[in-house]
Amino acid sequence: MQRSTIKAWFVIHKWTSLVCTLFLLLLCLTGLPLVFAEEIAHLSGAEPELPAAAADAVPLNLDAQVRTALAQYPGDVPLFIGWDPHAPTVYVNTGASTATPPPQMHTALLHSISGEVLPAAQFNQGVMYFIYRLHTDLFLDLPGLLFMGTMGLLFAVAIISGLVLYGPFMRKQRFGTLRTGRNRRLAWLDLHNVLGIVTLGWAFVVGITGAINTIAKPLEQAWQSEQLGEFAARYEGQPRPTTLASLDAAVATARAAEPEMRAAFVSFPGTGYSGDHHYGVFMQGNSALTERLYRPVLIDARTGALTAQPQLPVYMSVLLLSQPLHFGDYGGLPLKILWALLDLLTLVVLISGLYLWIKRGSTEARVNEIERAARTAGAP
Amino acid sequence: MSGPVTPPRSPFIAPAWIALASVVGLVSALIGDGVFDVVSWVVFAGLIGLVVRAWVKRTR
Repeated sequence: MQRSTIKAWFVIHKWTSLVCTLFLLLLCLTGLPLVFAEEIAHLSGAEPELPAAAADAVPLNLDAQVRTALAQYPGDVPLFIGWDPHAPTVYVNTGASTATPPPQMHTALLHSISGEVLPAAQFNQGVMYFIYRLHTDLFLDLPGLLFMGTMGLLFAVAIISGLVLYGPFMRKQRFGTLRTGRNRRLAWLDLHNVLGIVTLGWAFVVGITGAINTIAKPLEQAWQSEQLGEFAARYEGQPRPTTLASLDAAVATARAAEPEMRAAFVSFPGTGYSGDHHYGVFMQGNSALTERLYRPVLIDARTGALTAQPQLPVYMSVLLLSQPLHFGDYGGLPLKILWALLDLLTLVVLISGLYLWIKRGSTEARVNEIERAARTAGAP
Repeated sequence: MSGPVTPPRSPFIAPAWIALASVVGLVSALIGDGVFDVVSWVVFAGLIGLVVRAWVKRTR
């Protein structure tokens, strides 16, 4: 590799890393508890552990469940109702109006069979929510999300440029070389190289999928205006219905329309997920892959009739599939533990990179170091 | 007794294998349960194992 090429890649690696390192440290630290959010919720008692319902148990009528939830939050309107696939519970999100943003929503948790009101962790309160907001948007909403997304993209560029520089560095070395006894800087450099390469693929995918997740809101809005707008146009000029058809019947209609799928959640009219005139019953598949992909079934909220089963556009499918690849929540507890270990290794890569920058000489000296390493098997 | 080991022809061989294994590990648990989950666990445990191996074999 030409000296000028090495220098260019070195400068790219240095600056993309430096700009994003502080935020990446924050992302790695806050991401660690978020990987175990479900386990923490159970251990802390925020979410009750319930025995599975009998196979022949009949779920309580959903309209009754919504009435129970609304009794807990007088004056609220229902926004969403959803099912936990691993527990016999339904949650109901409510708010002062259909335009209530998530941070102001209320959540009621109910037993799906008995209708018993269960202690409900409010997803928008507490330490875990604080950590979640720090991780996703720094409490800055969309600007914060987009900023963190940019940091994720810089991280991806830092990984690629680091890989390019790894070549000349390691041309005369065996993979995994770790020289700890010669000088401290060399030891940190070797550690940075070894850990950087081992976490390469994982960190790149987690970084890119994290960046994709930061544009979830604009993508959802695009989908709503593009696809749902088409159905909304048929109801143009009609006021939003004040008396809604049975939710229970609407979900039954959706289940009949998609018998191979299960209902994940329902959006009420006006929430932005199904226009002003429909229940949006979001069905999910039963396999590991298809449970990530939703199929909305639109049910007329006044008549209860099925209106449409639109396919999610490709960009929404990409978004939904990118989420598990970022969260690491799709392979049981062992995968979560390994995810956390890789997160810790990435922290060491970041800290070692910072150390190498603090102990830097001039850019010319570092480029010389890389060139020397490419020529000799000894210390660079 | 181990003699000197010839360095690989390209320093990118190991990263290429690691990247490929990572993709397999990431995708496997996504497309299925059971054995697919186990493949993911084995792949990522293997990556952690590479770090442990490097640390154990470090030269002082």
